[in-house]
Amino acid sequence: MPPADSATPEYRRIAVFGGVYSNYLALAAALDDARRRGVEACFCLGDMGAFGPHPDRVFPLLRDFGVHCIQGNYDNSIARGLDDCQCGYTDPRDNHFARLSYRYTFAHTNPDNRAWLGTLPTALRLQLGNYRLLLCHGSPRQMNEFLWESTTSSAFLDYLMRQYDTDVILATHTGIKWHRALEGGRHFVNAGVLGRPENDGRPNVWYALLTLAQSASEGLVTADPALQVEFIPVSYDHEQLAAQMRAEQLPDEFVATVRTGWWTTCLEVLPQKERRCGRF
Amino acid sequence: MQFPSIPLAHLDDLWFQVSGTVCNLACTHCFISCSPHNHSFGFLDFETIRTNLEESVALGVKEYYFTGGEPFLHPRMTEILELTLRYGPATVLTNGTVFKDHWLQRLRAAEDASTYSLEFRVSMDGYTPEANDALRGHGTFERILRGVRQLLDHGFLPILTVTPANHEDDPHLFERFVRLLRENGYDRPRLKFLPTLRIGAEAKRGRGYDEHERVTPEMMIGYDQARLVCNHSRVVTDRGVYVCPILLEAPDARLGDSLTEALAPFALAHQPCHTCYQYGALCANASSRQRDT
Repeated sequence: MPPADSATPEYRRIAVFGGVYSNYLALAAALDDARRRGVEACFCLGDMGAFGPHPDRVFPLLRDFGVHCIQGNYDNSIARGLDDCQCGYTDPRDNHFARLSYRYTFAHTNPDNRAWLGTLPTALRLQLGNYRLLLCHGSPRQMNEFLWESTTSSAFLDYLMRQYDTDVILATHTGIKWHRALEGGRHFVNAGVLGRPENDGRPNVWYALLTLAQSASEGLVTADPALQVEFIPVSYDHEQLAAQMRAEQLPDEFVATVRTGWWTTCLEVLPQKERRCGRF
Repeated sequence: MQFPSIPLAHLDDLWFQVSGTVCNLACTHCFISCSPHNHSFGFLDFETIRTNLEESVALGVKEYYFTGGEPFLHPRMTEILELTLRYGPATVLTNGTVFKDHWLQRLRAAEDASTYSLEFRVSMDGYTPEANDALRGHGTFERILRGVRQLLDHGFLPILTVTPANHEDDPHLFERFVRLLRENGYDRPRLKFLPTLRIGAEAKRGRGYDEHERVTPEMMIGYDQARLVCNHSRVVTDRGVYVCPILLEAPDARLGDSLTEALAPFALAHQPCHTCYQYGALCANASSRQRDT
């Protein structure tokens, strides 16, 4: 974890992507969208591979666009050549699909890209105006910690802000976006993921756009006039992705998620409120 | 003998022994021997819970858990959960046999009005009446399933929590419980399996721990302490704050009168610590389990 007082780059508008899960088509669409919106930099919070087809197609996009990346648990496993993705399911069905996904991704990620994943930092600090931002994968204290909206108290988020001496924490890992404004102008943002839709019956994916507003008079409507957090829906050719997943013989259950927007696997870790929103 | 000392890394999970050791059932494998007549620990009063919830905010507690005994024997349980959902997510561990529909109606409304989830963990320990009732008492299989259906009727998605003391060698246990729940109208079954804790009533029903079943300092080398309940939890009882919900009968497990007095490290001197060490994440929900990296 980089210290809070080290020299940190400053921005006014940034795009933050969650897990890519090999969905290079959604990543390309998100990068185009972010560029059109005039972002100064794009950040990716890790988990480049998993779930989707052709994992190596993600890396040139990340490099060509100069995306600042941090390491997720999947990246950590791939880089270290571990046996699994460190998701830790107990449901045998979830474990079955997690294994299929991990083996495919590991086998189709070339050694150079594996090595590159191993070089990524586990966190980044930057400034958005006066706001100190801390970017991580699961939580600042643990790469594969799930921070769900319905099981994370504000008291705990306040604790993390104090402990890590920051004003804004950005994370991913759960697959579902959320934002909570805390007392004292602090924010927690789960950026969602680009890799798969978020269990709401719609095939689009999401990223987070953070903008430093000059003042409320610019017409930005937000609870905190200085920092605007928006979630941006990204449509992409999900039928093309589904066709490629089928051609690669990835599970029909994964293909169904891409096409329908409903999660079909790895549901065990969802808390009740989040689980209730889905179909399965 | 030297035992590893485990610091409290952070108080993630605050437990309340809300109904003490008082339960409407007297399960033969209960690790704290709860029953209608066991008053070793009593009900927590409402103000104690409120005070601890307030105190927990400054400590940055992430989630709240309620256990017993049977929590829904507490006359103010609905009110307690309604209050808790203003502070954070709540999970209640219940045997599912005493629900009243108007309680569940109020609780569903409270959850809808809250940012946070209210999770129900319902204990059932066999997928047949014979296997379950041998542990939990005659007729409980049907009563538990009725409780699950009541929760489903109110839109809750209960987590069936299974200590499979009578099915320990069944490799298809998970699938069998999934089938049972589906047959009872639960189309998205959620399950949590627990190991047998060989203390309390279980030590008489099955076997106690063998002498070698202890955690030694050598065993902690390379081990992730976050897997241990005492690394991130404490439990409030009517007799003070204890290290975890398992060791209530151990005098040294009582760490203080209040939460702030109970933040000291704890020595893994007890044999159930060996089970906690082996299985890890014993008490947490799957959505919050601490995992190795």
